[in-house]
Amino acid sequence: MSDPILRLEGVKTNIAQYHILQGVDLTVPRGEVTMLLGRNGVGKTTTLRTIIGHWRAHEGAVLFDGEDITRLPTPAIARLGIGFVPEDMGIFADLTVEENMILAAVSGPINSARLDWLFTVFPALKTFWKKDAGTLSGGQKQMLTIARAMIEERRLYLIDEPTKGLAPAIISTMAHALRELKNQGASILLVEQNFSVARALGDSANVMDDGRMIWSGDMKELATNADLQERLMGLSLEAHQ
Amino acid sequence: MSAAPDHTPTMAEASLAQRLAPYAPVLLVFAIMLAGLAAIPSTSSWLTLTVSGLAMGMMIFIMASGLTLVFGLMDVINFGHGAFVSVGAFVGISFLLMLEHMTGASSLWLNLTAMMVAIVGAMAATALMGWAFEKVIVKPVYGHHLKQILVTMGGLIVVEQLIIVLWGPEEIYITRPEALKGAVTFFGAALEKYRLVAVGIGLIVFLAMRWVLRRTKIGLIVRAGVENGEMVEALGYRLRLVFVGVFLAGSALAGLGGVLWGLYQEVITAHMGNQSMILIFIVVIIGGLGSVEGCFIGALLVGLLQNYVAFLEPKLALISNIGLMVAILMWRPMGMIPVVKAK
Repeated sequence: MSDPILRLEGVKTNIAQYHILQGVDLTVPRGEVTMLLGRNGVGKTTTLRTIIGHWRAHEGAVLFDGEDITRLPTPAIARLGIGFVPEDMGIFADLTVEENMILAAVSGPINSARLDWLFTVFPALKTFWKKDAGTLSGGQKQMLTIARAMIEERRLYLIDEPTKGLAPAIISTMAHALRELKNQGASILLVEQNFSVARALGDSANVMDDGRMIWSGDMKELATNADLQERLMGLSLEAHQ
Repeated sequence: MSAAPDHTPTMAEASLAQRLAPYAPVLLVFAIMLAGLAAIPSTSSWLTLTVSGLAMGMMIFIMASGLTLVFGLMDVINFGHGAFVSVGAFVGISFLLMLEHMTGASSLWLNLTAMMVAIVGAMAATALMGWAFEKVIVKPVYGHHLKQILVTMGGLIVVEQLIIVLWGPEEIYITRPEALKGAVTFFGAALEKYRLVAVGIGLIVFLAMRWVLRRTKIGLIVRAGVENGEMVEALGYRLRLVFVGVFLAGSALAGLGGVLWGLYQEVITAHMGNQSMILIFIVVIIGGLGSVEGCFIGALLVGLLQNYVAFLEPKLALISNIGLMVAILMWRPMGMIPVVKAK
């Protein structure tokens, strides 16, 4: 395994009186796609939100490239080069697609070569460039939120369920975009419920249950072992598709 | 050629009603003007009242714009906003009184210079006060609306008492600079010069704010922050710093509004900011919390309606604005130009 870009060591996160993460250990290797899997409500989204600093870890440490970022404020964490795509997309509906992208280019004006590349990945973005983001369909909004994270090269991408609730045609566009990102050598921590997307993209997989990591290993091993899937997630992923 | 899977984006054509919906609030301003024209027997009176209403609306907008942004950006309900109006008026008017030799001169240039000094002084003082107010009073109560209401009202009372200590308890009567006294006649209507200047300043402030919000990156951050502050932070922007900046700018604008309002009324009191808060809140609510455009249109509606009704039936003037608020909230419960919040 290559050296990790991100490590979580015994992370515990409470939200109000609920103990959501109960000692999460996770390693995200550099330049790989790491899948974070598990049933609904086991703490996957909380894990991503704890890494980006939206929720604070009460115990444990989040190490990014060896640096302890557990107590850093969210903007400082993002400025280290971490792109975040939340489950609810987090687009700015009152801003145009263009304005959403300008805002996402934190370090300066949009790089035109990078934008041209993004237009090849998401042709729809060019069509809706001057439209208010709030007028886009669900799939187009999801394209925008992924493109927004990709508008600048990040050292790590945290992506939460990018294909949730989308039509098959849009899912294939999303999978294509993530594959493009992977081909560029990006490090990605991806929460994904769509198993065919997970299997196609993931290098390694981590399965959570009840706020803890219960299995970590090779994605191929998980993808080909129905018994393991049944034991870890309570169902066969192939049967689930 | 695209490397992406074939997926042709489509968007349904909007109906006429859907296309007109965003312009409905602006059309409402013209509708109220037309209603006023129909109800007021003399065209020249209508013209005078319309300019007066627009001037009043512009001044309310200047005072209210900071409050709406502060609420939209950080969910802070600042009942102490009126303190900046009062302090702005007292500081500005103090400068004008000190520069009486300039305001009393017949030279337009000297008059305008004195006005500029008063405005800049008032805005600087209220911006500084806004910085202290945010740090000492608002910052400890982020996320607690009830505490915000109590503590900012307390701040308002303290500031009012400080004004009384510094300037005395009596009302201060003022006269406008020579060049702004009197009226010009236009189509038989007497239009006060000061009101025309107030309309001009209000328009400049609105257009400048709109330019900053629409054409600059800091403006984009503010607009995005009003909608979803958490995501703005996840992109790497320190929203708290932006908020402090907006609070300062909003306080300075309230100070500017205070100077203009004081010269409009030709009398200032320590409680003038507190008294104007009713109209300011009506404007902020009917405009849509966090919306600068909504605040602008709301202020014009309030100003026009107040002037028309005060002419036709003086006792109903304030009630008419409450009625306007009720009607608009029944039509658009989130205000005329609602800001979609992701929180």
